[in-house]
Parts: sequence; C-alpha cells; structure tokens
Amino acid sequence: MSGRPWNAPRPGTRPGDPLGSSLVSTVCVVRDLVKTYPAARARRGLPETPEVRANDGVGLHVGRGEIFGLLGPNGAGKSTLVRQLTGLMRPDSGTVDVLGHDLVRHPERASRLIGYLGQESTALDELTVALAAETTGRLRGLGARRARAERDTVLEELGLTGLAGRPLKKLSGGQRRLACFAATLVGERPVLVLDEPTTGMDPVARRAVWAAVDRRRAEHEATVLLVTHNVIEAETVLDRVAVLERGKVIACDTPAGLKERVAGEVRVELVWRERAPLDVPEVAALRASAQDSGRRWVLRLAPDEARAAVAAVTGGEAFSALDDFTLATPSLEDVYLALGGHATKGLVKA
Amino acid sequence: MSIVPAEAVSARVRRAQDARVGGDGGIAPLAPRARLLPALAAVYRAQLSRARVARIPLLFVATFQSVGIMVLMRGVVDGGAEARAVVAGSSVLVVAFVALNLLAQYFGQLRASGGLDHYATLPVPPAAVVLGAAGAYASFTVPGTVVTAVAGSVLFGLPLTHLWVLAAVIPLAGAALAGLGAALGLLAPRQELATLLGQLGMSAALLLGVLPPGRLPEPIAFARDLLPSTYGVEAFARTFDAHPHWPSVALDLAVCAVVGVVSLVVATLAYRRAAVR
Repeated sequence: MSGRPWNAPRPGTRPGDPLGSSLVSTVCVVRDLVKTYPAARARRGLPETPEVRANDGVGLHVGRGEIFGLLGPNGAGKSTLVRQLTGLMRPDSGTVDVLGHDLVRHPERASRLIGYLGQESTALDELTVALAAETTGRLRGLGARRARAERDTVLEELGLTGLAGRPLKKLSGGQRRLACFAATLVGERPVLVLDEPTTGMDPVARRAVWAAVDRRRAEHEATVLLVTHNVIEAETVLDRVAVLERGKVIACDTPAGLKERVAGEVRVELVWRERAPLDVPEVAALRASAQDSGRRWVLRLAPDEARAAVAAVTGGEAFSALDDFTLATPSLEDVYLALGGHATKGLVKA
Repeated sequence: MSIVPAEAVSARVRRAQDARVGGDGGIAPLAPRARLLPALAAVYRAQLSRARVARIPLLFVATFQSVGIMVLMRGVVDGGAEARAVVAGSSVLVVAFVALNLLAQYFGQLRASGGLDHYATLPVPPAAVVLGAAGAYASFTVPGTVVTAVAGSVLFGLPLTHLWVLAAVIPLAGAALAGLGAALGLLAPRQELATLLGQLGMSAALLLGVLPPGRLPEPIAFARDLLPSTYGVEAFARTFDAHPHWPSVALDLAVCAVVGVVSLVVATLAYRRAAVR
C-alpha cells in the first residue's frame, strides 16, 4: 500500500489484467477543482451569507472498476464535487476528465458516460416504479423494446417487481430510493455516480444495491463513484476513499490503509448517567482529550492509556456515575477526526 | 519549422486516439443521445400518467370553475355576441388554468427542488422535455374544455354545429399557454414567483377572456389584445355564427400558433439555462 502514489488506483483491478499492468487505466481524473459560491446579500428573513469555497483544489484519480468513495460530513463539498463531475455545474477552475473526455469543456457529454443518482426524486415521484425506470431508459437513448426489457431485468434484480405498479410517492423513503437506483441502472453506463444511494434503506435493500453494483463491476468493469457520510458503509464497500473536509481532500487511500494511520489507538466511549463526575480527578484528567457531546464522551487513546482510563472509570465513585462504556478498534470516523476533521456530528454510523 | 500540413498531423493524432479507444487513457465511445421524437413521446407518456395520481382533482376544479362562471354570467348577459364571448372565454379558461397555471407551478417546483437534475443528467434534447410536458398539460385540458363548451352552448342556447373547431383551438391555445406557463415556471427566480406568475396569468385569462370585450375600458381592452388566450377565445367565439368567417378564425388561430412556437422556444432556452448552473 505504501509503495505507490497516494492517489493512484489499486493495481490489478481489471480481471483480464491480474498483474496490474493497466495501473494507468484511469477512468476519472480531477485536477485542482475550485468552485466558489458567491456571497449572498441579506434578504428579508434571511441573513447575509459569506462567499463559500465549496471545492478548494480537489484532485482525484479513479481507476477502472473501482468503487471509489467520497466521505465527509454535510457541507464538506461532496455534492458540489459530483455536480461538477456530472456536468450539472461548471467549476471556476480545474479539469475533469472522464474516459478521455474533458467534461469542463463538454459538460453535455457527461450524460452519455455517467449514470447519475442524485439526492432528489421529484422528477419521478408521481410515476410508477416501472414507468420511472422505463422512461429514464428511453431518455438514456434506449429503444422502446430494449428499455422495457432492461426495466424488467433491473426491477427483478433489485426485488422491485412486486412494487412495479406503485407510484414512487406512495413508497417508503428507502423503497423510493431503491426505485430511483433502478432508474439509474436502466441504460448501461461505464461510470456510475451515486449520491448517498442507500439513505433510508433497510439492510435487504442495501444488499440489493451493493450486489447490483458488484455485478456491474464484474461483468462490465463499471466504475462507481459514491458519495457517503456513512462510515460503516464506507469501510465495507469501498475500494478506496477520499476524505473531504471543507472543500479539500485531506486523505485518500483504501479504508484499511486509512485506518492504519490510527492503528496504534483504541477508541473509548463513555456514557454517563447524568453528567460526568468531574470531582473525580482521573475523570477530570480525561476530559481534556475527550470529544464531549453531553453525556457521551469519545476518547482516542494509546492502548495502555485506554486500560488506565477504563480502570479509573470502572472503579469507585466514577463507576456509579457511568451508564455504559465501550472499547473498540478505530473506525473511519476516528481517522476523519485524527486527520483534523472538525465536524463531530456530520458522519453517520449505521 | 514543420513542412507537414497541420491537417495531416491532426488526422494522424485523431487516428491514434481512435486506436486507443477503450484503452488506457484513451477516449471511450459516447453512448448515443436520445433522439427528439422518441424522447418527447417518453416524456409525454410519463407526464400523462401523472394525471392518474395528481391531476384529476385539479381538472374537476378547472371545469367546475368555468361552468360556475357561466352560470353566474347567465344573469348578466342576454344572449347574442356576449353569450358567445362568455362560453368561449370559459372554455379557454380551462386551458389557461391547466396549461398556464399548473405547468408554471410544475416547472417552478421541479426547478426549485432539484428535479431538473434528473433530466439534465440524461442525454435528452431540452426541447423533448419542454414539449413533452407542455403537450401533456395541453392534453389534460381536453375533457374539461369540451365539457365546458357543451354545457355553455346548452346553457346559452348556442349551436353545437361547429364545436369541432375545438380540435384546433385546444392544441393551438394549449401550445401558446403551455409555452408561456413553461417559460414563466423556468424563468422565475423562485418557486413562489413561478406560482404567482402562473396564477396571475390565469386571472388575466379569466378577466380578459370571459368578460365581454365591449364592456372593457380602453387600456384593459389593449391588455386583452396582448394576451395569447384572447385569440383562442375569439376564434372559438366566431364559430358560433351560423356561417362563421373562417379566414378570421384561421388568423386568430395562427396568432396562437406563432405565440406557441415563440414561447416554447423561450421555454426551451430557459430550461437549458436552468439545468446547468
């Protein structure tokens, strides 16, 4: 992991190329992308907002067949980045190259290379699941017969056949999301850009999504760019992940590689019954290094420090104030915090 | 200095690039675009299906509103040219309600909620989206307009002979008003403004279309001439004559058609602008 450039794709990700000689088979290259939202003047009821640099020199390399994640809290610039990749927004400066096409100069080509699942479903809400998938396929350039055939295959694959006749509006949030994902898959594209695809889904639907993604990768070497703020999902499905914070990529590696950076640490979570017993000196000493959110403290400590801390809080006066505690190996959330991430609530573990 | 012609070099480069298609760093082939007519048909069909979920109650509202207005006006006008104006105006009002008002609201909402992203990330011609939606909304007006026209004719004792002219009035007035509605919805900077403009447009069509023109003050009569629905109303009103003056009818409908083309072009441009920010 350490011998190759920090931003390069994994070797040997092509089935026909086990040695990884196609290391440079890059699908998507982003260089120095900058996007600034202008300052808004105060209007009645709305305060003045300053200029926001949503993307501040973002650079990415995504290899063929990779499942590449953009991880970060809300407002980190993830959606702004994918909107520029999909031709929905023009960057102030920088380049976006997808499969050899310059998408800054030709944003209209994005729709012919990329299948995009956005966060909004309003365009499809009043259609039935079947018609949403079929219409999207037709608008992706498929003929009528082909669109219907692909619609049936995709609905079957995702377990949506039973809901085919129901309007999206009448479905639960997770089912609606799955139906929109189905629409994204009709009319195959070599690159999929999915903006938080599994929001609100139950485990069965999530598994259907990842199985469908894996199948497309195995059969067509599809490349997937995924936006997520769910660290568990990021750890389990991504090949590589770029961590975004305030418009910048603060790290980019495999989830395992990222976690190695905090390998020497143990995560200690303490939950107090009412409030922390700060009159106990050991507890007062821990407070300085704790991420404090009310009754819940999160500490990242060296193993021996963690042992001492657990001994301190599980004995004597502190223990009676303790509701719950956990010890765990670090997750990507800890990586994010260790890298200097500031948001403590933007990331989700589910 | 090179003695190789630039074209030859660029041709060679292009061949080299073509050879690398699908290869490392090469230029991948683009998936085909959706063609205009199939895409238009797909959008039209999808929009039409929305009626089952969302539009039918509103259609009843539009029809009852127009029939109600005619019942009210029965006490005010006493047959003749004024009755024709009321029936024609009420019928075209259904078109204005749905095609102008509801379509402006739909596009305003779609734009505000980010729903346009869906279409903007598909290789579909902008005209297909605008024309498909406008066509569907114009189609929604057919039953309400026919019911209003028949009910009005019976109510005021007008002949039903030339009601077939609705087959031309609905699509042409529909194109003009739907184009206007789409343009307003896509150009309005905020969703509330789109709704407001749609409602204003419909109110204008109501006041200027239904009230007999002879009773309007001069400046308002001028405003009436500027409203595209007026020409649909006039064309329809003329056909209640026993022997309508067909060239005048055709002229009025031609105005609708021209306004329709212009406003749909404007709406298509507005869509392109709204889709990529």
